[in-house]
Amino acid sequence: MQQMISLQDLTLWIDEFLRNLFGGTWALLIEFVLIGLALLVAYAVLALFLIYAERKICAFFQCRIGPNRVGIWGIFQSTADMIKILLKELIRINRADHFLFRIASFIVIIGSICTFAALPFAKGIQVLDFNIGVFYILAISSLGVVGILMAGWSSNSKYTMIGAMRSGAQLLSYELSCGLSLLAVVVLAGTMQVSQIVEQQSDLWFIFKGHIPACIAFVTYLIAGHAETNRGPFDLPEAESELTAGYHTEYSGIQFGFFYLAEYLNMFIIAAIAATMFLGGWMPLHIPGWESFNKVMDYIPSFVWFFGKTGFCIFLALWVRWSFPRLRIDQLLNLEWKILMPICLINLLLMSVAVIF
Amino acid sequence: MKEPIEKIAELYNAETTENGGRYELTLAKENIHDAAAYLKREYGYDFLLEMVGMDYGDTLGVIYYLSQSTNPAPLLVLKTSTEKSDYPELYSVCDLWDSAEFYEREVYDFFGIMFINHPDMRRIFLRSDWNGYPLRKDYDANPELNPIPHRNEFLVDMERVPSITMSMGKEIETTRSLFDHDEYIVNFGPQHPAMHGVLHLRVSLDGEVVKSVDPNFGYIHRGVEKLCERYTYPQILHLTDRLDYLSGTINRHAFCLCCEKALGLEVPERAVYIRTIFDELTRIASHLLGWGSMCMDMGSITAFIYGMRDREKIMDIFEETAGGRLMANYSVIGGVANDIHPNFVKRVKEFIPYMRKMMKEHHLFFTGNPIARGRMDGIGYLSKEKAISIGATGPGGRASGWRNDIRKIEPYAVYDKVDFEEVIRADGLTFDRYVIRLDEIEQSLRIIEQLIDRIPEGAFLNKPKGVVKLPAGEYFQRVENARGQFCVHITSKGDAKPYRVKFRSPCLTLVSALKEVAPTHKIADLIMLGASFDYVIPCIDR
Repeated sequence: MQQMISLQDLTLWIDEFLRNLFGGTWALLIEFVLIGLALLVAYAVLALFLIYAERKICAFFQCRIGPNRVGIWGIFQSTADMIKILLKELIRINRADHFLFRIASFIVIIGSICTFAALPFAKGIQVLDFNIGVFYILAISSLGVVGILMAGWSSNSKYTMIGAMRSGAQLLSYELSCGLSLLAVVVLAGTMQVSQIVEQQSDLWFIFKGHIPACIAFVTYLIAGHAETNRGPFDLPEAESELTAGYHTEYSGIQFGFFYLAEYLNMFIIAAIAATMFLGGWMPLHIPGWESFNKVMDYIPSFVWFFGKTGFCIFLALWVRWSFPRLRIDQLLNLEWKILMPICLINLLLMSVAVIF
Repeated sequence: MKEPIEKIAELYNAETTENGGRYELTLAKENIHDAAAYLKREYGYDFLLEMVGMDYGDTLGVIYYLSQSTNPAPLLVLKTSTEKSDYPELYSVCDLWDSAEFYEREVYDFFGIMFINHPDMRRIFLRSDWNGYPLRKDYDANPELNPIPHRNEFLVDMERVPSITMSMGKEIETTRSLFDHDEYIVNFGPQHPAMHGVLHLRVSLDGEVVKSVDPNFGYIHRGVEKLCERYTYPQILHLTDRLDYLSGTINRHAFCLCCEKALGLEVPERAVYIRTIFDELTRIASHLLGWGSMCMDMGSITAFIYGMRDREKIMDIFEETAGGRLMANYSVIGGVANDIHPNFVKRVKEFIPYMRKMMKEHHLFFTGNPIARGRMDGIGYLSKEKAISIGATGPGGRASGWRNDIRKIEPYAVYDKVDFEEVIRADGLTFDRYVIRLDEIEQSLRIIEQLIDRIPEGAFLNKPKGVVKLPAGEYFQRVENARGQFCVHITSKGDAKPYRVKFRSPCLTLVSALKEVAPTHKIADLIMLGASFDYVIPCIDR
C-alpha cells in the first residue's frame, strides 16, 4: 500500500498553503469555492465525455461509425452540442406553472451533483465523507424524483404528466431494491462510511469476499440502479416512442440540457457506487497471499482503478440499454415488487447469516 | 357463382352484366342494403374489398367489390346510384362489414353522399369546414372557396359526430359527442415519433389504459385520385410510387397490369420476371423496415438500425438498375423502363445468403428476447372473423388465419410458376403479426432464388404505340403489396386521361383494426400494436 500515490498529500499542501496565506476562516471559504468549482467542472467534463462515449459505443453496437466530423474521431462532438444547447432559446410555455417549471431542472441536477460529491474518486480525493455516507447517497440521490415530478406536473402537458407519474412509480419502487442491495454490503462492511468501505476491501473486493450474497446484491443493484437512471429498458418515464420525451418534453435549451446532463451523470454515479461498494472503488485488485502481484497492482494509480471499474459498469449499462426493448409499466412494477425485492430481502438475510457465522 | 347472381337479380330486380369474367349487379338504391345483407347471410360474402364512389355526370353512385373468404378469387360487383341533389343519400352497409365505416366516410368526403344509419358521418380526409366535394365533376377548385388558414388553430378534443338514422320512415339527423366530458384525452400525432407518418390518434385514457381510439386522417392528403383525372396514364404511374412509398414498386406494377389488361398489351417475359423480382425485393425491404420500426416502437433502436442496414443492400440494388432508391420508378406500361444492370443478377445472388444469415441474427437478437416476448405474448388479439369484416388484408390478416394472399388467389406476373408458401398463423396476436413478416421475408427470398437464374433473354419493353388511351370501360386489378391487397380501379371513357381512378389502400383498414384491438391495452401496447399492423400513412391519405 505504501507505494500508491495518494492525492491527499496534494490537497493537504493546498490547504496548508491557503491557511498560511489567509488564515482559517477565509481559507475555508476559498476551499469551499474551489471544491465547488472543481466538482462542477468535473461534472460537466465527465458528462461531455460520457455523451461522446455512449454515442460511439452505441454506434459500434449498431454497426455504425458514430460522430466523426467535429475533431478527430468526432471527439469534440459533444462540446459542439453543448455550445448549441447553450445558445438555444428557453421557450416559455403557455399556462405552465412557471416557478415549478424553472426550478425542476435545478432540483434534478442538484440531487445529482450532491451525490456526485460523495464519491471517492481516488485515494484521498473525496469531498464528503460522513459516517453515514451510504445513507446520504441513497437519500440525496432520490431528490431527483421530486424534480422529475415537478417537471411533469408543471409543464401543463399530458405527455409530461404521464411520464412523471410513471417516473414516480418507478423510482420509488426501485429505490427499495437499490437500498436493500447496498444494505447487504453495509452488513458485510459493518460501516456506512464510504472511505472505510473502500479501505476494508484492501485485501479482497467485497464481491469476492461476500460469497454468493454479495454477487446477488451486485446484480440486483445493477438492475435496480439501471432502473433508477431511467435508461432503457427502463426508460418508461421518457419512452420516446410513446411519450415523445416524457417528463422533459416541454423543456428547451439549457434547461433540457440539465435533465440530459443529470441523466448521464446518474448513470455514472450508479456505476461508480457499484464499483465502490462491490468492486473496491479506487482500491487495486489485491489477492491475499500473492504479495508480488499485489505490489504490481499498486503501481497502477488509484483513479485509474476507480474510473476503470466505473467504466466497466457503464459499459454493462450501455450494453443492456442498446440491446433490450422497453418494458411495459406493469411488467416493470412486477419485476420490482414480485421478483427483485423478495430476492433482495432474502439476500439481506443470507448476508447477515454469513456475517454472523 | 351463377346462383347468387340469379337469385339477387330475381329478388331485388337487379340488372346483371358481365365484365371480363366478373359479374356486376346494378341495384336500385332502396335495395342495396337488403341485397348486400342477403349475399352476406346466404352466400358468405363476408369481405367488402372496396367501395368506389362515382360521379356518372347526372347521378352519383357507389361500386362495391365483394368477395368470400372461403372462395376469394371471384369478385362480385354491386352498383347503385342516387340522384345528384344537394343531399344525396344511400343506405349504409357498415352494419354488415366493418370496413364500410371508413369507406363510406371517404365516399361522403369526396362525393357528398350521406349514408343513412352510418354512426359517424364526419369527413375523413378533408377539414370539416371544407366547401364542396372534390371528386364530383362539377367541383369548383377556386382557392378562394377554401382559403388556407393563416392563424394557428387549436386542436379540439371534443368533437360532435353527426349521423342520420331512419325511424318510422323519417330521417332524423342527430349528433353525439365523440368522448364523454370527463374523459382524459391525449393526442398521439400528427407529429409524434411513433406514428410512422402524420396519423393523428385521439386516445381516451384511463390512467395507462386505453379506453377508445379515434383516428384522424388527411394531414398529408394530396388528392392523388383527383390528380389522376388530369394526368395521362404514363404520368399517373409516377403517383403510384408515392402512395405506399415502401411498396412503391408493387403499386406501380398494379397500375401497369391494369393498363396492360385494358389495352390487351403483351408484356415481354423478361420484363415480367424482372418485375416479380423487384416486387419481392421491395417486399423484403418493406418488411425489414416494418420489423425494425416495430422493434423501435418497443424501445429497441438497435434492431431498427439493423433492419435499415439490410434494407440498404436492396436500395443499392435498386439504385444500380433503376436509378431510384425508395421510388424506383421502374415499371412502365408494357414492361420496364430500362434493362437490368449487368451486376444485377450477381448482387441479388449475393444478397440472398446474406439476408438468410442476418435473419438468423435477427431472430436470435430480438425474437428470442425475453422482454420482447413478454411484451408481445398474449397481446392484441384480432379474431379471424373480425379481420375479414374489417378487411385487414396482408400480413395483419394472415396472422389471424385468413388466407388472403393475392399471389396465391389470383396469381399475376410469374407467381404461378414459382414455389412458395403463403405464411399463415392462427393466433392473431401481436407476436404472430411480428413473426409473420420475418417468415415472409424467407418466402420472398425463395421466390427470388427461383427466378434469378431464369430471367429470359429478349426485349424488356413492349412500348404501346402512340398516346396510351384505354378503351372505354371499367378495369380492376389487385396485387399483394407489402401490407395487403392493393387494388386499382380505372373507369375510362376512351380518352388519354382516365375518368376516375381509385386505389384501394390496404393501410386504411389496418388502422381500423388498430381501433378495434387497442382498447383495454396500455399506452405502450397501443404504440406496439400500431407498429404490428405496419400501416403507412401516405397510403391512407392518397
